[in-house]
This record gives sequence, structure tokens and C-alpha cells, in this order.
Amino acid sequence: MAEFIAYLIAGLATGAIYALAAIGFTLVWQTSQTINFAQGEFVMLPAILILAMVGFLGAPFWLATVLGIALFVLLFGWGFKIVIVDPMIRHGVLPLAIATMALAIIMKEGAKDGFSAEAQNFPSFLPVQTISLGGVSISLQHIAIILVACAAIGGLQWFVTRTKTGRQMQAAAQNPNVALVLGIPVARMVMLTFLINAGLAALASVLISPIYLAKFSNGEVIGLFAFIAAIVGGFNQVRGALAGGLIVGVIDSLAAAYISTSYRLAVPLVLLVIIILVKPEGLFGRKEERRV
Amino acid sequence: MKNSVLAAAFAALSVVSPALAQEKIKLINVVELSGAGATAGTNWKNGIDLAVADINAKGGILGRQIEIIHYDTQTNPGNTRAAVQRAIDEGTYAVLGPVFSGPIGASMQIAQRAEIAQIVGGEAAGLTKQGNPYIFRTSLSQSAAMPKIATYLQNGVKAKTVAVVWVNNDFGKGGRDSILPELEKRGIKVVADVSTEQGQADFAADAIKVKNANADAVFVYLNEEESARFLTAAKQQGINKPMVGETTLLGAKVIQLAGAAAEGVKGHVGLSIDAPVPAFQEFGKKFQQRFNAISDHNGLKGYMAVHMVKWATEKQKKFDKKGLADTLRGARITPKDEPGIMIETKIETNGDIDRESFLAEVVAGKQVIKETLPMINP
Repeated sequence: MAEFIAYLIAGLATGAIYALAAIGFTLVWQTSQTINFAQGEFVMLPAILILAMVGFLGAPFWLATVLGIALFVLLFGWGFKIVIVDPMIRHGVLPLAIATMALAIIMKEGAKDGFSAEAQNFPSFLPVQTISLGGVSISLQHIAIILVACAAIGGLQWFVTRTKTGRQMQAAAQNPNVALVLGIPVARMVMLTFLINAGLAALASVLISPIYLAKFSNGEVIGLFAFIAAIVGGFNQVRGALAGGLIVGVIDSLAAAYISTSYRLAVPLVLLVIIILVKPEGLFGRKEERRV
Repeated sequence: MKNSVLAAAFAALSVVSPALAQEKIKLINVVELSGAGATAGTNWKNGIDLAVADINAKGGILGRQIEIIHYDTQTNPGNTRAAVQRAIDEGTYAVLGPVFSGPIGASMQIAQRAEIAQIVGGEAAGLTKQGNPYIFRTSLSQSAAMPKIATYLQNGVKAKTVAVVWVNNDFGKGGRDSILPELEKRGIKVVADVSTEQGQADFAADAIKVKNANADAVFVYLNEEESARFLTAAKQQGINKPMVGETTLLGAKVIQLAGAAAEGVKGHVGLSIDAPVPAFQEFGKKFQQRFNAISDHNGLKGYMAVHMVKWATEKQKKFDKKGLADTLRGARITPKDEPGIMIETKIETNGDIDRESFLAEVVAGKQVIKETLPMINP
């Protein structure tokens, strides 16, 4: 039992990161009705930018973190919307989806060529000690990741459902034309959504990079698992992304422990197929209808 | 008239600079500069660049400067095969690299068919058991290293039970298959046999498995980045049993990446800039000066690979591709004959090498050599 709990906590920690990234899928989906295939790279890049700030500017790590996250949010929140989403969305969702695929490659190769092809150490802001509770060794880092990620997601959920701006964001996402008629600044709300997405991705990057190491290729795995998490939880619900992330993280951990490391990637994919067949809107998603 | 002036100018230039009068000798390095092998490959490449710069500064090989070209395999066996073929088509004198055993295994027949020496950084035992007379290692094979590790686990660590963590690629499988019988011979029981994947990012489940096995020691046989990730996960799970590895686990990059999690790691290293060999230490300083990075064993291997080419070419006194392989096979190169080889190196007829090696431990973020082990068949 102690062993199972240890796997569970490790899975929840990884799942919390997937959830942060999965929320990005839901946010972009809600505002642009498209999939950001660069979402994994959005989690990979902030850590690289922070290390670049340390390396090239000689900034202390905390300052580099602040600057790196700010730069990332500017470039891949504001910039992503202005440079990629706005010009592409006019031509439909497919060109935008393809543009995000291209962006993923550019971000990955840019990080490789512009910074390093090798993995880099990324310091942790969180404690790395373990505590023993009822015979179970628990990593404080894992607990802290779960708490920080859940707090961020909870805060987002509160913001979206309990504040005026949040409700305006929801209205803008659900029906931009009506929202505009009601006097909601839709463009500003959409921009805010992209900034939040970039901020959450940066948070995920800072949390996961001490464990995965900062490397240009990290986005591949994170992006795939976050995508699965978003579908499993429900592409149009923040709470769905949270649940999906945690479920996928736990399943991945248990698969590695009790099935095989070699097949661990296949297990969440099997779950994905089951969800698509049985409940295509996801466990917590709501059904959407479109007029064509 | 114009042509005769040009010819005269060229002749004059040749007298002033004999090196320019001869064509450069082309060496192509096919190596992992991205993907899972980027750390190992980058060190290997840098070691080669350093060797080429040193040799060219001293007049080259038989008066000819070396032109070095690097092709990135992206740690992909298919890309490696294509790159080796391209290197041969482009007239490389010898193929250098790659470092990862899987891509070596996938590409070595191409160099063999072309009868060109391929000098590689791989350690998988199987590479030199295929009767390929054109493959040459720069590091000890697993068959040579694992008995040393098993003896160390028995006598140094006093382990009766061991958890084995290995990467599921040619390198890892070869290492696992080599260590298990050695452990069995010494009465050491394997209580956990944990397979992991190349490029794996999350090692939490593996670390929990190892912890619950409660072995006296953990033998870790992963590539560099995965080693660092596993050590970090092991620290997160509070594993306090001795972590023992072979070369990669104690590498400079692993120590840098894993930080405090690498503290106390022990094991066997074939090559190290911290070894009590002045030439190694001198190399380490030069490497750091040029690349602002600490060389791991792959840097030393890359440096030695080029000097193996230089020694054999000067020995045969000509640039003969097949002759290069023939000269290397069964050779014994001493630092007196070729200072760039740095340590006496015996090349077996199957391409394996034999030389002194070291037992080391990570202390205060540095690899500290504890003991020098002799050659297996001096």
C-alpha cells in the first residue's frame, strides 16, 4: 500500500504539470476554436529563456526567472496572438493549427541552435527533501508541485467564475458576437486569455524543469500528455483539464510501475481512445454543437 | 603569359608554405549532436576539434592539415547510416563516431564494406563480437569494464544484493547482460532489474521501485542525461544506498546536471580528466579553456580517436585507408610514440582496447579518483 501511495503522489505531481499545460489547450480552444500544437514547447521554452538570462546577462537566478517569464509572456502571450493567431484565424482554424505546428518546430530548433542541444541543470525553488508519513516516503518537491499547480488552477477557476473580468472572458469565449453587443471588450479578453496561457505554461516550466532538466526536446512529451489530458478531461473546461492532467499523470506513473516502462506511453493513449469512443466531450467537458 | 604568372605565384606559395601545397586530409565525424546523445556527442566532437587544432598547429599528419567535418545523427540509427555512407562518399580518410552503441551497430557494416576504419565511442560488448575488422573502440568495452565493477561491488561496497537500473537500448542492454553474470559469479543477488527508456524524463516510478527493493547498492547504467534525472529522482525518494555506475554515472556532465544528487556516487571510469595522468589533466585544462566546459570521458575519447588516426598514418607512412585499419589492429600505442594518445593503449585484433582504468567517487561536486586499476592483459 505504501508503495502504491508513493506512485500515486509521484503521478499526481507529474499530472499537475500536465494539467497546467492542458489548460493552455482549453484556453486557446475556447477563444480560437483551434488547437495550439506548440503547447508543449510553451512549457519547454521559459526554462531555456531563464537559463539564457543567467548565462548571457549574468543575472541572478531569481531575477532571471522574473525576466524570463515576463519576456516569455510578452513574446508567447501577446506576440503569439498578434503575430500568429490574429492573421491566421481570419482564414479558418486549419491554417492556425498548422501555423502552431510550425511554431513548435521553430521554438524547438531555435532553443537547440540558439541555446544548447544538451540538457541543462535548472535549479528548483522548491524543497528537495523527503518526509516519511506512515511508512511512505514523500518527496516535498512533489507535494509542492501539486500544491502550486492546484493553487494556480484554483486561482484561475476562481478568477474566471467569480470576477467580473473572468465572466467577461467566459462570455467572450462562449459567444464573442453577443459579448461585443453587450459592451464586453472581446479583443482585450481574448488577449488576456493568451497572456494567462503563457503565464501558466511558464509556471509549469519552472516547476518541471528541475526534474526533467531544461532541454529543447522536453515539449514533445509534455505536449503529448497535456493534449491527452485535455481530451480526457474535456477540451472546453478548465476543471476538466485539471482532472485530465491528474488522471493521465497517475495512470502514467502506475503504468511505469506495474506494467512496463517501455509501454507506459501506450497506456494513456489507450485511455484516450476509450474516452473518444465512450465520452467524446471528455469526462468533465460539455457537449458543443456547431452550425455549419 | 597570365597563366605562367599564376603558376609561378602558386609555386612560390608552395615553397613558402608546404602545407598549402598538399591537399588537406578529410576526416568526417558522424555523431550525436542532438537528441538523447547530445551530451556525449558534443563532448566527443569537442575532443576531436581540440585534437585537430593541436595536430594542425604542429604541422598536421605527414605534412597535411586535417579538415574536420561533423554530421549530426540526431541520435537516430537511420540518420547515422545515411551520414556514414555520405562520409564515405565524400572521401573521408576514416569515419569517426558515433558514440551511442545502437547507431554504431546500425552503421558499422557500411564502413566495413568500404574497408574504412571506423573509430567509435561506443561501449556495448556486442559491437566487437561481429568479426568486423574495421571497427575500433576508444573506450573499454562492457566485457572489460563490468568484471571490474562487479568486483568493486563485492569488495569495495560489500554488497550482497543489488538493484540494477539500465536503459533499454544497445548500450544499456549490453551493460545489463554483461554485469548480471559477473554479479552472479560473485554471489551478489539482483533484487530489482529496472528497465528504463532512452530519453525518459520521469524517473519517479523507477526510483520508488528501486527504493522498495531495499538492495545494498544500486547499479545505474544509463546515458548521461538519464543518469542525472534518475539520481535526482532517487534523491527525491530519499534513496540512501550506494549508487554505483560505470563511467557515464560519474561523468562531468552528470555531476553538473544532477548537482547534489550526484554526491557520493561511486564507480569505475575508463577515462577521466581527474585521473592521476598528467596528460589527461592537461587535456582537461585545454578543453575547459577552449569550450568553457568540463570534458567528460567522451571528450578524451574524441581526442584519442584523432590521434589514433595520426599515429597509424605516421606508422604506415602513407595515407592508405585500408592500411590505416590494418595498422591499428593489434597495435600498442604509447604516449612516448604518440603523446596525443595520453595513456598506453593496446588495441586488440577485434577492435577492443585495453588500458588502465580507475575507481572514482563524487566528492564535493567533483569526481575524485580513488584507485588506478591495471590493464586486463598487459
